[in-house]
Amino acid sequence: MHASIIIKILGVLLMLFSALGSLPPILVSYIYDDGMAGVFVNTFLSVFITGLILWLLTARSKEDLGTKDGFLVVTLFWVVLGTAGSLPFLLSSATELSLTDAVFESMSGLTTTGATVISGLDDLPKSLLFYRQLLQWLGGMGIIVLAMALLPMLGIGGMQLYRAESPGPVKDYKLVPKLAETAKALWYIYLTLTVVCALAYWLVGMSLFDAVGHSFTTVAIGGFSTHDQSMGYFNNPAVDVVAIIFMFVAGINFALHFTAWQKREIKHYGADPEFRFYAFILASLAIVTVLVLYFSATYSGVFEATIKGVFQVVSIATTTGFVTADFSSWPLFLPYLLFYAAIIGACAGSTGGGMKVIRILLIFKQGFREVQRLIHPKAIIPIKLGRNPVPDRVIDSVWGFFAVYVMAFMVMLLALLATGLDIITAFSAVGACINNLGPGLAGVAETYGHLPNTAKWILCVAMLLGRLEVFTLLVLFTPMFWRR
Amino acid sequence: MKIIILGANQVGCSLAETLANEANDITLVDTDAEKLRELKDRIDIGTVTGEASHPDVLELAGGEDADMLIAVTESDETNMVACRVAYSLYQTPKKICRIRSSSYLVSDKLFGKHGIAVDVVISPELIISTYISRLLDLPGSLQVLDFADGKVQLVAVKAYYGGPLVGQEIRLLRQHMPSVDTRVAAIFRKDRPIMPKGSTVIEVDDEVFFVATQNNIRACMSELRRMDQPYKRIIIAGGGNIGMRLAEDIEDRYQVKIIERDLKRCTYLSEQLNKAIVLHGEASHRELLLDEYIEDTDVFLALTNDDEANIMSSLLAKRLGAKKVMTLINNTAYVDLVQGGEIDIAISPQQATIGSLLTHVRRGDVVKVHSLRRGAAEAMEAIAHGEQSSSKVVGRSIGDIDLPKGTTIGAIVRGDEVLIAHDDIVVETNDHVILFLVDKKRIPEVERLFQVGFSFF
Repeated sequence: MHASIIIKILGVLLMLFSALGSLPPILVSYIYDDGMAGVFVNTFLSVFITGLILWLLTARSKEDLGTKDGFLVVTLFWVVLGTAGSLPFLLSSATELSLTDAVFESMSGLTTTGATVISGLDDLPKSLLFYRQLLQWLGGMGIIVLAMALLPMLGIGGMQLYRAESPGPVKDYKLVPKLAETAKALWYIYLTLTVVCALAYWLVGMSLFDAVGHSFTTVAIGGFSTHDQSMGYFNNPAVDVVAIIFMFVAGINFALHFTAWQKREIKHYGADPEFRFYAFILASLAIVTVLVLYFSATYSGVFEATIKGVFQVVSIATTTGFVTADFSSWPLFLPYLLFYAAIIGACAGSTGGGMKVIRILLIFKQGFREVQRLIHPKAIIPIKLGRNPVPDRVIDSVWGFFAVYVMAFMVMLLALLATGLDIITAFSAVGACINNLGPGLAGVAETYGHLPNTAKWILCVAMLLGRLEVFTLLVLFTPMFWRR
Repeated sequence: MKIIILGANQVGCSLAETLANEANDITLVDTDAEKLRELKDRIDIGTVTGEASHPDVLELAGGEDADMLIAVTESDETNMVACRVAYSLYQTPKKICRIRSSSYLVSDKLFGKHGIAVDVVISPELIISTYISRLLDLPGSLQVLDFADGKVQLVAVKAYYGGPLVGQEIRLLRQHMPSVDTRVAAIFRKDRPIMPKGSTVIEVDDEVFFVATQNNIRACMSELRRMDQPYKRIIIAGGGNIGMRLAEDIEDRYQVKIIERDLKRCTYLSEQLNKAIVLHGEASHRELLLDEYIEDTDVFLALTNDDEANIMSSLLAKRLGAKKVMTLINNTAYVDLVQGGEIDIAISPQQATIGSLLTHVRRGDVVKVHSLRRGAAEAMEAIAHGEQSSSKVVGRSIGDIDLPKGTTIGAIVRGDEVLIAHDDIVVETNDHVILFLVDKKRIPEVERLFQVGFSFF
């Protein structure tokens, strides 16, 4: 453990977060004159000064980040950030949230979950609404990745951070040989997508404030909205279509976008097995959902059933969590179907949550291999993605992930049941949080506000587990990690 | 012609033997002195011991005035360096290089004058796997040879009892199939060649060579035997270079299983192949074959580099019910021994490979040579050049050309048009003429026939 370097990095990250997270809302506050400027100035100063003190204390440290330190930095950072991010909610007189609720809201934002405890969003000050959207945007690609792009000092040992932070089963994948360049490329793509998405929203009729705010949470696959009714507020099919497109794009591995950017072509998307499987899952879910909606006459007319069905499928399956309709009251198996789709989630290397499409694909292929082995006992069958064999090591890690994920799910489910929730609420709350989805079923379909405090803290852990893909957080709880 | 052959392995040796018999001046280079001494005793060649790519070794081998360098050592890199050295030091006119790894075969630029300086790249594994996949695509054929980029094929078929033409005169072929144009190039009866005439009667067990365009081949074959169903299930024993190439080539068209005994190689194969099923085990293991439904297998191919293992596993597979077995046999002495018995087709790698090398050794403008019947016969595609006054073929009708004994013209390819040979067709300049020679001794005469006369100059 190299305490001083860990504290130093933490200090730098906090200063970065204070600037990125508080300065834009101050600006928004001045524009709309909503009286929140003071709150954000206070937040900025307290977080920045904390960061500065941490940094000054350890500025002379010349230690390098060790392999294990990466996990600690990343986890600590998310915990500290979740707490620091809750300051505006606490300080603001408009919301009057308790500490638990404020941390829950902030954590839900940063982890791009999108579960909320606040109702009456439409009446909140604009700057606070903007702050919520911004939290998700910063959390989507990750401030740590941004820091790696901006701060050369993280070059040393940065790979540890990158590995602990990046989603997907293959952790060592870099777009370009240099880590800082990789991080930059990721943020450029992220920024471009956000700008284009905001423009598109604006063009189809959102106000500029809503367009920017929703572009943040669409591209981050977050799901926060500035309205209680979420996307349903706009009641505009064109908005729905724009959202569908950008949720779909943000759910794709950014490495594919990077290649598209570099080579100015798009045919490699079709060649990528994960993308194909992702598109296949979404397409089949959409077809089933629309058919059920249509034949159960939930909506009048094909058009409404299609637009509502497809929107909800893409929103839930990519783990965004926007709603245009109360899908938890949809007929037959649809609520559960969509909910299970959220467990699969988006592609590795995207901003989405869930277990990631590629893991499911690998598990599926592994299962199929067992069937083949029964037929041909002597056959040597590799697992392949496209034409490339996947090393057994990766397959093992996928199984490990799956096992730990299921166990974590079950433990938290039992804990929630212990707080007195009913089974569907507990199940869907854990699922919605660990997959960074947001809205659940039954009691948590709209807001998490009425849950007991204990449940909220458990769900905070669930969100963090999901965002850090379980292992990064879990490794800290093993005695081996702390042994020298 | 003065030829240097690098590498005294199977390809190199059989090439040296064939070429030495044709009055060429051969020098064989290898690191194995013992092996070279043995060869020198047996065939009339010169030998040099040393690293094939070293300039001093090439010098000793007579690189200075060699007409051709054939680099067929086991190492791609040695072969390429040797070609480059020969070109840089001696400007050797023709350099033939054996390349195994397909990674090298991506760009023609690599082998240009400013690159490795190779005139002809040959890959024995590729040639053999193509040869086998042709056989698989045409069930019932003993040999399928392409000419003029596949426009014309020469096919060897065994005549079976029950074929409509069996027991009939060849001239009736036209009445049987008025729309199909074909020509019987040669018939081998009890391993002796018969020059086919209109009155020749095809007998059971005759090996008939006929020439036809690709789309007419099946119709012709059905005259000589009942047609086999197209093959579907194939088991390949041996996942070496040939087995892997073949599996890659055919896995999209057939259900392929490939048996390999080395676990590491199995893993590699399974990573390279996409549809074929890779099985770890011995091809001579009865239970493994039964588990994999050998009795429903259309073709069992034994392609390891061990002749005896190939033969034994083929016999076992046949006994267990494989419909056809094809066996790779290096030792030419075995080929005659096994073919036509339990083993349906014995594939001689040397023979398949040597044709493509002979193409470059032949004088005159020869674009394709296929060696047939253990090298006793040969089929070639030559281009007729010159004017009526200077050439012995151009401007004459096929009936008038003074062909050496035992030689027939099977077809002529003029541009994109295929003309099956008839006596009244007149050969024009730049025609590709496809010839069949039952007797190799006549090759120099054929070569002379296609060389433009001196009066031309």
